[in-house]
Amino acid sequence: MSAALALLRRDLSLLMPGGSGGGVLPLLFFLAVAMLYPFAVGPDAQLLARTGGGVIWVAALLAAILPLEKLVTGDLEAGVFDQLALRDVSEELAVAVRLLAHWLAFAPLLLVATLPAAALLGLDEDTTRTVLLGLLAGTPGLAAVGVAVAALTATMRGGAALAGLMVIPLAVPILIFGAGALSRPDTSGILFTAAISLGLCALAPFAAGAAIRAAREN
Amino acid sequence: MQAQLTAKDIACRRGERLLFKGLSLDCAPGDALQITGANGVGKSSLLRILAGLLRPFAGEVSATGAIGLVDERLALDANQPLGKALAFWERLDGCGDPGRALEVLQLEPLLDVPVRYLSTGQKKRAALARLLNRNCPVWLLDEPLNGLDTQAQKSVEALVALHCSRGGIAVVASHQPFTIPGDRALAIEDYAA
Repeated sequence: MSAALALLRRDLSLLMPGGSGGGVLPLLFFLAVAMLYPFAVGPDAQLLARTGGGVIWVAALLAAILPLEKLVTGDLEAGVFDQLALRDVSEELAVAVRLLAHWLAFAPLLLVATLPAAALLGLDEDTTRTVLLGLLAGTPGLAAVGVAVAALTATMRGGAALAGLMVIPLAVPILIFGAGALSRPDTSGILFTAAISLGLCALAPFAAGAAIRAAREN
Repeated sequence: MQAQLTAKDIACRRGERLLFKGLSLDCAPGDALQITGANGVGKSSLLRILAGLLRPFAGEVSATGAIGLVDERLALDANQPLGKALAFWERLDGCGDPGRALEVLQLEPLLDVPVRYLSTGQKKRAALARLLNRNCPVWLLDEPLNGLDTQAQKSVEALVALHCSRGGIAVVASHQPFTIPGDRALAIEDYAA
């Protein structure tokens, strides 16, 4: 337990905005996408209000891809996972903590940034609430997919670009149900998103742990 | 608990090449073992196999007691000050008093300097300080003298000698001459495949 806390403290200091990793950039990227969209489709308020929720979802997905490069590669090359293994800290635990830190570093601020983005796109109160709840349910899944893919591509050349390409198809279920909740009167879409997220969060540490162990062999 | 490090009949394959085979070693408390051999003969791979980080192609390794490894991957966060980077490992290792190791390796003036500004030798000394603070019985050292000045080399040799005299085990792979009283040598070339 104390090992997990020590790991979380280190991961947060590396990943949090204001830390050494430039954690605020994905957020600015997210806002920039939301800001560009009205320029691209024109100022039709009805169109913006109808499609704005989906745009926020796509922007959130793209913003979640940005920090992937620094999630695993650096520690793998620096031998951090080796030293952890010598201390009987499993790769799975290290990755599970990294997943939590990654989510804490990008999701809460993303939710806050959703409010100005929703205002820019002229979303009404109900839609904004659905988007916020959907993102709250979906971002853990996006973080899990991100961590697993970052571990799988950590030793590859051009891994960062490949990671982005691999996250998108894996994130499709979250996007379908999360953004789909906008066009339904009930909350079933959000619940589905949460279920998918939980499943991904449960699987990701094992997939990523296996990937990190496999990376040692080459 | 008595420290023990045993390898039986191990072989190592990297890619398509078999580096060595049939290598056995046995270290009892107080033993120091020097691994010798030319570049690329498999010294680092042997240390990683002994550490349990690399699966041997054949054979098995068993160890009693925690293993500490210092190799070229220093696992210190480049953007953090040295003190903070080391503090993470001290918390993980439950080390109450890191001061003495920092003093012996003359790291105290460097604690505020970000790791990326440190020289090779300074980083190596930091990794050795982490090893000292962990208080583990089995030391695996891969090129521990790389980048160290003469004085630091002497103190590392003294630290290893002290560690062994207290019943610890040290396995050292080094190109620089590394003197430990009463050590044995193992030439990997003897086991070349």
